Amino acid sequence: MAGKLLFKGMLAGLIASLLIFCFLRVFGEPPLERAIAFEEQAESAVPHAHAPEVAAAEPELVSRQTQAGFGLLTGVLAYGAAVGGLFAIAFAFANGRLGALGPRTTTLLLAAVGLIALVLVPALKYPPNPPAVGSGDTIDARTQLYFVMMGFSLFTAVAALITGRRLWMSLGDWRAFVLPAGVYVATIALALAALPSVNEVPETFPTDALWAFRAASLTGHVIFWAALAVAFAAIQTRSPKARSREHISA
Amino acid sequence: MSTLLQHQAKFSGSIATPAPIPLREVMPWALFGGLMMLLAIYFVGVEEGALSVFAGSYVHEYVHDARHLLGFPCH
Repeated sequence: MAGKLLFKGMLAGLIASLLIFCFLRVFGEPPLERAIAFEEQAESAVPHAHAPEVAAAEPELVSRQTQAGFGLLTGVLAYGAAVGGLFAIAFAFANGRLGALGPRTTTLLLAAVGLIALVLVPALKYPPNPPAVGSGDTIDARTQLYFVMMGFSLFTAVAALITGRRLWMSLGDWRAFVLPAGVYVATIALALAALPSVNEVPETFPTDALWAFRAASLTGHVIFWAALAVAFAAIQTRSPKARSREHISA
Repeated sequence: MSTLLQHQAKFSGSIATPAPIPLREVMPWALFGGLMMLLAIYFVGVEEGALSVFAGSYVHEYVHDARHLLGFPCH
């Protein structure tokens, strides 16, 4: 049962990631190309002492065409299948344990929590950046901060979900939703204020390209989680057993 | 009997919630599957950036655009 769910989640993730591959290819690649053009221009404009050395140390291992094509596709598919699988595991724990929620509502709720806690909230503090933004010297610290923010957000969101489930019997739908959600927002606000900010955008970097890049990245994630939820629910209800159960709880 | 239950459930909306999968059954899948999934995310998001399993930067370069567009710190 759990094994089948895992497979279904990965399948739904693959479907969703095919969609966002198309989206990112059309809307994400142009600002990314502009960022690379900016990077190259900046490098050639300032011929400082170690510039040739850097150029020599970075031979083009993978062509831009491959990076923007099969590379992007592979990366997005692997990410999509993995997030879909993790989503299915979360669903296996949550389904039937969230009060009166049926499988479809549980799917939607989990996808909304996933999108907010794993993508939107971490992006408030550490937004997606195109090439040329961010110094190679700080990659370790930036990677740590990004995952700390994401882990903290996920942990707090799951705690809020479990608390809401506990409060539901005594406080009813509305307050069992609003109270934990409020605590989540307040906790996140504290974390956003406490964690160090990172601003490594070069002064002359084109702001519209930065905005277009971030908007494309975040929209891609929104499409991914929406498609994941819909595809997962659709695959779930395809099996006759699940269909009859869905019918009962609908 | 079952049709009566179904009927009741359909209209009261709260009787039949799906039977949860026992935790004992979910755990092995969650541990092993979760590990595999995190490994995949690691290779797309982090490998040859902040941490490296393989030497060189081929993996990093190959998934470069995906890493940027999915929002991971890349370089």
